[in-house]
Amino acid sequence: MKSHRYPVDLTDEQIEEFGRELDAIRDEVFDARGDSDRAYILRVIKTQRSLAVIGRFIIYLSLFFIPAWGHALASWPVMLGIMALGTVMLGVAKILENMEIAHNVLHAQWDWMKDPEIQSNTWEWDTMSPSDRWMHSHNVVHHTWTNVLEKDLDVGYGIMRVTPMQKWKPAYLLQPVYFILLMLLFEEGVALHEQAIDDHLKGKNKFADFKPLMKRIGYKIWRQVAKDYIAWPLAAALVAIPISFYVPFSPLMVFAMVAGANAIANLMRNIWAFIIIFCGHFPAGAHNFTLEQIEGETRARWYLRQMLGSCNIEGGRLFHILSGNLSHQIEHHLFPDMCSNRYKEVAPRVRALADRYGIPYNSASLLRQFGTTWLKNLRLAFPGGGEPYDGNRQQATQS
Amino acid sequence: MRQPSPPSPGSAPSIWSRLSTLTDYFAWPLRTSHYLELVNPLWTTHKLQARVVKVWDETRDARTLTLRPGLNWRGHRAGQHVRIGIPANGKHYTRTYTISSPPERDDDCFTITVKAIDKGTISHHIVRNIKVGDYLPIGLPQGDFYLPDAQPVQPLFITAGSGITPAFSMLNSLIAQGRLPDTCHLHYAPHEFDVVLGKELKALAQKHDRYHLHLLYTRDGEDKRHARFSTAQLDALCPDWKERDVYACGPPALLEAVEHCFEQAGRSRHLHIERFRAPFTEIPADAVGGRVRFAQSNVDTEGDSETPLLKVAEAAGMNPPHGCRMGICHTCNTTLKSGCVRDLRTGEILNEAGSIVQTCICAAAGDCELDL
Ligand code: FES
Repeated sequence: MKSHRYPVDLTDEQIEEFGRELDAIRDEVFDARGDSDRAYILRVIKTQRSLAVIGRFIIYLSLFFIPAWGHALASWPVMLGIMALGTVMLGVAKILENMEIAHNVLHAQWDWMKDPEIQSNTWEWDTMSPSDRWMHSHNVVHHTWTNVLEKDLDVGYGIMRVTPMQKWKPAYLLQPVYFILLMLLFEEGVALHEQAIDDHLKGKNKFADFKPLMKRIGYKIWRQVAKDYIAWPLAAALVAIPISFYVPFSPLMVFAMVAGANAIANLMRNIWAFIIIFCGHFPAGAHNFTLEQIEGETRARWYLRQMLGSCNIEGGRLFHILSGNLSHQIEHHLFPDMCSNRYKEVAPRVRALADRYGIPYNSASLLRQFGTTWLKNLRLAFPGGGEPYDGNRQQATQS
Repeated sequence: MRQPSPPSPGSAPSIWSRLSTLTDYFAWPLRTSHYLELVNPLWTTHKLQARVVKVWDETRDARTLTLRPGLNWRGHRAGQHVRIGIPANGKHYTRTYTISSPPERDDDCFTITVKAIDKGTISHHIVRNIKVGDYLPIGLPQGDFYLPDAQPVQPLFITAGSGITPAFSMLNSLIAQGRLPDTCHLHYAPHEFDVVLGKELKALAQKHDRYHLHLLYTRDGEDKRHARFSTAQLDALCPDWKERDVYACGPPALLEAVEHCFEQAGRSRHLHIERFRAPFTEIPADAVGGRVRFAQSNVDTEGDSETPLLKVAEAAGMNPPHGCRMGICHTCNTTLKSGCVRDLRTGEILNEAGSIVQTCICAAAGDCELDL
């Protein structure tokens, strides 16, 4: 019997059977977790922290190669080369922290270790959004309601049209600009991705209603800014003051250079996170769903929706780690609390299962996934692009 | 000699803590201590750790670990215990062990002696897998099972198995202070070769006339019944027991017998007991649900074996945190204070206090108490 409204040619019983097979994979992997998984995450954390401090000190080190020092190696190319090295290390550390560590810790992927240091409810991450705010909008809203229009706020983040099912309005003409802006200011965008703020802009609530929330977000932003744009640059500038009597170079410039390097590291992280995350649900072939479509959804159908709505990116080992294993977006959406180092081994099994049941498995290179995301963004800035969802339609639309 | 200094509330923050408030601006959202840990795990302030500096096999299933605690450690009193975090199979377990070394030890280390007990995954793990160079998270010394500082007491120790450890620490402390009083000690072990710290005890007994050691083997010799604790046996081995202060530590059966004996004699006030609480609840054979207690809300109710605890709480008029209701978001996480719950997806039983429970997909398996 087929009573469901998902765009696959499977009977209800087949979908349930498919769900049971996925459950079995989940249970098997969860049972197998052990010392090697713990060793993995501890190693990543240690690497990340070391990279971050070493990167920051290399940025400091580069200041000793400013031409004003007058020694043999002191020249702009050497100085900038060293500073670039430090900046890249810091940027990679920030990427690792946000993607492979914090995102996954906050998904409770490592709660099973019961390590009081690595728990989803106490972890705070290196970004402007307070972790518990993000956990709500991400773990609860996005992961439960993945790709469901009017439910999942991540469908276009309230500013973009990512599926023709969203009705076009003139504001979407600007979405290629938003796309770029969000890429550059991803961190800030995530921090302010709050229903309350959205409502406020639409005049639906008073500022007083969510003042405590803004205070919390504000404090988090202040500490992030204080670290990257005050503490680290200021310490360098303070040391530079006495030195400036002997080496003719302004401490203000020193401050600006360190702050600049930190800004570039943050920018690297923003762009990278944006690219990986946008490849998760927006490339060509990803499905969106209507509320009617998911009425009475069982766990197996939820699995099916996750598969139809998520996209993988192909790449090597390092690529997967740097993407926080979100390159295995499908597996992550099926098993959000499975520790990320296990997605790689689960992926071929999930793919085989998808093949067997004739369910599309959207996996392609970064170029293809990001390219089609970008093209879709351009196309959907204009009306049309596929059949819109008018609130009464029964059939799913492939975008 | 290091004396424990009680934490002094309201004392001025140390220079270090003031400095670290400043350096924490560089380390945010972590603390400075997280980066110090990269250099030396013993320097941390966000958690206390100890380095395993020596492992010594006491018997075939008991091992003594010598631990060098981090900088924030404070000295212990002989007889106190300490919580130790042990990673086994990737999971972190917390267990409490008595410190077996005297506080007078001069290398700033302390020792714990662990016996592998049946079904005790963790004690087995310690006895088999912990090696020199490992770092273990530890707590500060705790407990009020220790000898008083002031008046000289004539102690009688009644111990069994690994219950020897606090007594051993007290004895060594008294000896190190040069004030060992007339001491009687009854220690029970299954066999002679099984005595935890056996050699050390015998050496002490030989060296110090005032220390009267009686080793009793409950599974050796012809008449095994005689080896078990009884008032008659106590009369025989330590006739003046009614004049002594008694320190007892061992398995529940022994402690019960000792308590009973002292109650009869009206000497309960002079009996000091250290109990090791089992970290596990026995899994009820017919786990069909039971009494559910939500500790923080002070709500008691009933839960069956199929209804998720989240629903049980809601039916009782509570509104605990939740999100997806399908086990993926972990918004509903809480901790198990006692009892057993079952994961409805996998059938796995959680029975260790402190386990994390997802209320939306766990049901009661017997009685349980949650931190909600
Ligand atoms: S409510 Fe989401 S895991 Fe329990």
